[in-house]
This record gives sequence, structure tokens and C-alpha cells, in this order.
Amino acid sequence: MKPTDIGNPDYFHKVVDCQWACPAHTPVPEYIRLIAAGRYSDAYMINWESNVFPGILGRTCDRPCEPACRRGRVEEEPVAICRLKRVAADYKDDITARLPARPKQRNGKRIACIGAGPASLTVARDLAPLGYEITVFDGDKQAGGMMRSQIPKFRLPETVIDEEVGYILHLGIDFRAGEAIESLGALLKQGYDAIFVGTGAPRGRDLDIPGRKEAAAHIHIGIDWLSSVSFGHISKIGKRVIVLGGGNTAMDCCRSSRRLGGEDVKVVVRSGFEEMKASPWEKEDAMHEGIPILNFLVPKEFLHEGGRLTGVLFEKVRAERGADGRRDLVPTGEPDMRMDCDDVLIAVGQENAFPWIERDIGIDFDRWGMPVVDKLTFQSSVPNVLFGGDSAFGPKNIIWAVAHGHEAAVSIDLHLRGEDVRKRPAPMTNLASQKMGIHEWSYDNDVALDLRHKVPLKEQAIALKDIKQEVELGFDPKLAFAEAQRCLNCDAQTVFSAGLCIECDACVDICPMDCITFTENGDESDLRARLTAPATNPTQDIYVADGLKTERIMAKDEDVCLHCGLCAERCPTGAWDMQKFRLDITHAGHKACRSSA
Amino acid sequence: MTYLPKPKFRHPALETNGLGFTHRDYEGAISTLCAGCGHDSISSAIMRACFELSLPPHRIAKLSGIGCSSKTPTYFLSQAHGFNSVHGRMPSVLTGANLANRDLIYLGVSGDGDSASIGFGQFAHAIRRGVNMCYIVENNGVYGLTKGQFSATSDKGSKSKRGVANTDAPIDLVAIALQLGATFVARSFSGDKSQLVPLIKAAIEHEGAAFIDCISPCVAFNNHDGSTKSFDYVRAHNAALNSLDFMTGRAPITAEYEPGALEVIELHDGSSIRLRKIAPEHDVHDRIAAINLLHQRAAAGEIATGLIYVDREPDDLHHHLGTVEKPLNELGEKELCPGTAALERINAGLR
Repeated sequence: MKPTDIGNPDYFHKVVDCQWACPAHTPVPEYIRLIAAGRYSDAYMINWESNVFPGILGRTCDRPCEPACRRGRVEEEPVAICRLKRVAADYKDDITARLPARPKQRNGKRIACIGAGPASLTVARDLAPLGYEITVFDGDKQAGGMMRSQIPKFRLPETVIDEEVGYILHLGIDFRAGEAIESLGALLKQGYDAIFVGTGAPRGRDLDIPGRKEAAAHIHIGIDWLSSVSFGHISKIGKRVIVLGGGNTAMDCCRSSRRLGGEDVKVVVRSGFEEMKASPWEKEDAMHEGIPILNFLVPKEFLHEGGRLTGVLFEKVRAERGADGRRDLVPTGEPDMRMDCDDVLIAVGQENAFPWIERDIGIDFDRWGMPVVDKLTFQSSVPNVLFGGDSAFGPKNIIWAVAHGHEAAVSIDLHLRGEDVRKRPAPMTNLASQKMGIHEWSYDNDVALDLRHKVPLKEQAIALKDIKQEVELGFDPKLAFAEAQRCLNCDAQTVFSAGLCIECDACVDICPMDCITFTENGDESDLRARLTAPATNPTQDIYVADGLKTERIMAKDEDVCLHCGLCAERCPTGAWDMQKFRLDITHAGHKACRSSA
Repeated sequence: MTYLPKPKFRHPALETNGLGFTHRDYEGAISTLCAGCGHDSISSAIMRACFELSLPPHRIAKLSGIGCSSKTPTYFLSQAHGFNSVHGRMPSVLTGANLANRDLIYLGVSGDGDSASIGFGQFAHAIRRGVNMCYIVENNGVYGLTKGQFSATSDKGSKSKRGVANTDAPIDLVAIALQLGATFVARSFSGDKSQLVPLIKAAIEHEGAAFIDCISPCVAFNNHDGSTKSFDYVRAHNAALNSLDFMTGRAPITAEYEPGALEVIELHDGSSIRLRKIAPEHDVHDRIAAINLLHQRAAAGEIATGLIYVDREPDDLHHHLGTVEKPLNELGEKELCPGTAALERINAGLR
């Protein structure tokens, strides 16, 4: 294998699995250490810089970081990164003085953001302090988009949305509440220098099966129903509710139903329980509230009597792998199953809809009706019209919307200053030794086996009575400290200097995970099999260094390294050092974005 | 050293041995030796050897004297029996223990000071008597615990950390062991586990006095230019005579070797040593030739390592003395205290 180029920012970035997995690349271990130190405001600001909505995401994020967490590979469950983020938001002091100031002078450029969801608000936050004049349009009365309209209040209290959306609107943004854009063509004519489309995926998919029309009064589209609940238009549902669909929207629907009078609430999914799109923890939360999830049932017909919904008929299926290797659902041949109910919520997916974008104004759409959007720059075929969030590439989640927003803001800034939008600014990185003394590091390297701590919940009897009662109480500072200590500090990198190594084997002997090997070089597959402990996880790199006196190489499997620093403590010559790798994604306006600066 | 205990985490795919243990189950307390000490590597090699042989740790007795090397038994096999004896007296304690319980595996761990100076006589007699043991000297050629004076194994002309040359002739423990009748003699290097681990395995399984001189650089006081026991010097002057694999059970020989290149030494328990010769002229069963070869290589400025001598038909102290087959702790009161009449008979035989 070729020696590893640790100068490439991606190399050490990948070792910090959580940060690498995060679409916004939030420096997770850094803020978790600050939480452990009780520096909640500092931890909050790191998050705010990177993901814009720490309090909201700390309750609702899809947490791609957690399945990536190294703790999950060396123990059982990952660090509760998401809920630690909430801790920073819950216990911080007033941070308003640390937010960017309204610019004293505008730069004369006007930008319109359509939709006031996470993607648009991120664009607004990144660009407003630079002097851009931002106008945000939204059909709703309040800003927040789906964070406000679709996430039930028992998961995300209104006050948290108000606070974090407020931080952005206070940057001097012109928020046009209740002004839905009906025509992009008309907006283009208003002379904005750039337009960002962040309108989400607002259309819930329907289920066109017999009885749909006849029983329509008690069949609701999940996301529409959730927003009606959210805005107080709906406050009741029947006693027996069936939720169709297996995504996170279905989970929000069933749990909301439980709070609005639903006593017998069921979730019914077509495929298997394991294949459901909902996050495992959301399924758990639903089941914890007494909601069964029934699988391998395909809805066949809505049953009705005199215009009134009486139940749903399901066909029983099983999964079978076809000759082409694809998994198909085949009827089992058993008699259909009838389930009685008063209401049905359909949560079988969301779609994008752009009826307000004229097809003759230069914006290309593909054959699925989606705008053609550049994956790097987020520009459409009209360079000053950009898309982000769910409206760019279909339904994802808040953290992806934020990541899109940052990139779109960079593009807008580059484009309006006449620079090349394809020359993306490199991330800011720093690598610094953490050695404080012979056996002392600036981070807590005494790692121990320690199972994940559960977030305390509100008593269920109280929680189910009020749809606005937040279910999760969040970690208290003591639990937060305990959970923060589970973080392995993967950003404390093991950096090897072959020139200093005397090949005494001390690091090989002390490594609790058998990560380090000194051996003859070979190609990757050969080397992976020959290490002290075989490296069987191909998604994790092998750190290879040459230049040793014996002409062997040092090979370290990054997979299960605990970052405990024992290799460095045992090294007599300092050939191993623990160095903190900090990577910040460069946002719009940073010096690195300005070639002339 | 480090103050932290080694975390209990372990690699999820760690292999287990015949007893279901991983190599982590053979560990001891965290080492308090200097970071990078060769002795820690030897401890690691001992753990690896015991793991690979699937030895139950509680059937091993580890004995040592005084010195850096003699501290190391604390750092491996925490489930084994241990005895940290008086300086240089490990061989006597080991001999006594072996006489009392012949069923345990005896691991004598000593250093160049402990075995070549204060305990030189003890070392000599334990070897001479053929005590069934694996005697390892962790040889760094320096008194590390008292800040780096020359030891009895320091080579003449080698320099101390402060640049003073040693004027005394060195003791070559391998040559002495050969001369005194050790039935298994080897030399190795702490920085070469691929050689050291099979040697320790073979020495443990050898049923007689097995001696390994293991050069172990002292990173604090004897790893500089001018030292003949530094990592660099030993690597540059290491002349391996052979390399070996220790095979438990009768595994078939799969790899192909040139005729004469591979020698299989069968042991009584069915295991075998597979010796690949690097120096073809060297016969590991010829004691006199082995002594000659050692001196020739030393004169050429080389350090001969590998398996130097092994007796195909070793015997041990119990065999010489005709002792009882069972360990003393398994004998009943009747056998241990046969009564006045038996004592009278013994006394009468001595009159």
C-alpha cells in the first residue's frame, strides 16, 4: 500500500466518523468535550455555526452521526450525540451577544428565499451578515417550514422553534409571512440578484384504492393532517385509528393520534418491520406509547357504509427473493384481513410539487418533474436560481437541508461576486498536539466500557393527555456529563512519525484493540488479512507509514481505535502523538471564499 | 509507563484459543517500566506463547528475582502463580517449587544482573541439575534500575550512555548454559517477536532445563551509539541461525521446502518444532559444535540468535532423583508421614 497522505483533510476527517457522517460536518467530539466541561454556551455556538438549529436538531435530527459512531463498533450503542446537542441548547446562557451583528452597510445585492424552512433560513443566516439584503417568502404566518408545521409539538416545543428561527430573522431579514409565491416568473421579474428555492416536498402521496373517494371524510393525508394539528385546525380524531406507512411521518401521525383521542392506534406497513424507513428510535417511541406496528399487510380497500369509513381490508403478503435477486412481496394466499377503524392516516411518502414554476422561464426539469440541480453548486439551469433542501433532490431531513443551504449560500456569494462557483472553498483544518505532560493529555483519554444512558421521559399518563407536552425531558447535567464521557474523542488523532520510531513494539503491545502492526508492505487485501487483528471493515482506512529503519511499514487499522493514546504514552521517542484534528466547513463569506482577499 | 489501566475494550474479532481465551485473558497489571522497554515486549511474547499453546494460566508458576526484568511477571498472566524472590535466588525457589509440584509449568524470569552477577551460582546450579523449566534472561547489559552501570553481560569495549567504555570481559550466558548441560538453549531479541514467540513455546514444552537469553534494549540507559545492546546494533548484527515454528499436535507439513532446509523435531507430547535452517552448517543437536559456532560468530562481531541447541532426549531433576510421580500436595497424610517405623528404616540405611 502507498503511505497514507495525512495532509489530505479527508483522511483524518473520515476517522472522526460522526463528523464525516454529518451532512453539515459538525465537529461533534469538540462540542461534546465542552458539554462535559459544562461549557454549554460554547458547545451551542459550535453547533450553531455548523448546523444552525441545535435546539431543534437536538430533538429531531435524523442523526446520521450515531450509526457511524465508533462507540457502536467497540461496544454496543453509539454515544447519544443528538440528545447531547439538546443539552447544549437547554443549558446555555443567553448567547444573543455572540450572534453575528446586522451589517452596518448593505452590499446592494438582493436575494429572495422561497419557503422559510431550514434550507432557506440557512442561506439567509449565512448571507445576511455579509450585507446581502434577504427577503424570505412563506405561505405560512410563521417561519420554520416543516419544522413548525409537521413535527408534533410533543417532540419539538414551539418555543425552541421561535428562539432559533428568531436568531436568524433578527439578522435583518425581511420575512414576508403569508406570502406564498405563485409564480417564479413574476418573482424573477422583480430583479432579485439571486433566488433560492427551499420549498420542501410539500405534497403527501395518496393511496388510490377502492373506497378512497367514498370514505374521504375520514381518510387524511399524513403531512396535511399533521400541519392542521400543528396549527390547531384539528384537535380530535376517532378512537380507532389506522396509520398506513412506515416512515417517520407515520410515527408522528400515530403518536399524535394517541394524544387526540385515539385509543386503539395501529401502524400498518406493507413490507417487513426491519425494512421500515422510520428511524429505529422513532419506532421504539411509538411502540412505547402502546402503538403496535403490523407488517406484511398491503391495503386493498377502504370499507365504508353510507359514506362512513368502517375499516380497511388488507392482503397478507410475504417477502420473497425473485430470480433477479430483488425482493418482492407475494400474497401468502391467506384470506384478507379486515381491520375496523374510525380514521385512516395515509403516510406513504412525500413528493415535490412545483406548479408555481413556469416551464418556459429557462429552468430545466427532468422527466420525473424535478428541477435539474447541480449537486455541487445547487444551481439550476438558470445560474442565479438555486434549489436546496427537499425541493432540490427529494425528501430527506433537516440536517441535509442545512448542509444544502450552506453550499447554496457559498454559490450565491461566489456567483454574485463574479467568481467561479465550481471552485469550492477548502475546509479550515488544524492539527495540534494534545500532549500536556508525560502522562497528560488535554482530553480525557481514560476510556471505559459504559452503556448508553437513556433520556428521561415525562410520565406517560401526562404525556398522552396534552399534545403540546414535550415527552422527552432531556438529559440533566449529571446524565449529560456521564453520556458525554462515553465519547471516544476520535478527533484526537494518532499521528505517527516514522523517523522517530525505534521499532520497540511498545505501541503494538499496549494497544488494547490490536490496531497496530509493523510488517512487510503488501497490497491492501493482503495487508488487511495480515495485521495483528485482521482488518475486516473495508469502509475504515488503514494508516500506512513507511521510512522505518527495518524497511517494514507501520500499519494501523483505524476501525476500532479507542483514541486512548496508550500508544503515544508508551512510545519512548514520541513517534506517536495524539493530535487534535479540527475541521470546519467553510461557509459563505469566509476569507477562504474570496480569492481577491 | 502509563498511569492508566489498559481499557477493557477489545477487538470485536479477536481470535480465541483452545480454552476459549483471547490473548487479553493472559494479561497482567499495567507495566510500570519505562516506555519502550524491551522487557515489555518479552512479556508480550510470553503472553502470546501461553495463549497460542492454550495453557491454563493457573497451571503456570512465574518466578523472578530482583531488577527491572524481575518486576515483569506482575505484568503478564495475572491468573498464574507468582513468586518474587530475593535478588538472584529465583533458581533456588524455582527448584524447590518444582520438586514440590512437578505438574506446574515453571517460568523463571530474570535479568543479566540477577542471573550473571548476584545469582550467577544459582543460575549455574539450576541449569546443571536439569530443572524442568523455561528460564528467560531479559538481557539488557546494564543495571537499569540503578541508572545504567555496566552489567556482567556488557560487551568489552561497549560504551555507557556517558561514553565510558567497558573494560571487563562479558559473560555469555548462552555459552555457560551449554557448558552446564542445559538441554534447550536459545538466544533471541525482544524486537523480533516472530522469532521469540515460537522459541518460548518450544522452551515451555521442552521437558528439561530450557534457557533463553533474550537481548532486550534498555531504552533509558543502553540504547545509544556505542552500545552493543541497542535496537539498532542488535538489528545490524543479528545473525539468525534458523527460524522455527512450534506445532502442537501432528499437523501435516503443507509448505514445500528444499531438501535439508527443514528439520522436524518431534517432542514427546506429540508436538513438534519445525526448524528452517538459515545457517545450513549448524546442527542444533551438536553441543560442542554449538559452542564453537557461538564463539566464531562472536569473534566475527555477530550475535547468533535462534535455536542454538536442543537435546532430543532430555531428562530432568525428578528423573535423576527418582522422585514420586505425584505433586506433594496430591499425596495423602499416610504417604507424606509414613510413621516412626519408616523413619527408623531410613535412618538405619544411613548408619
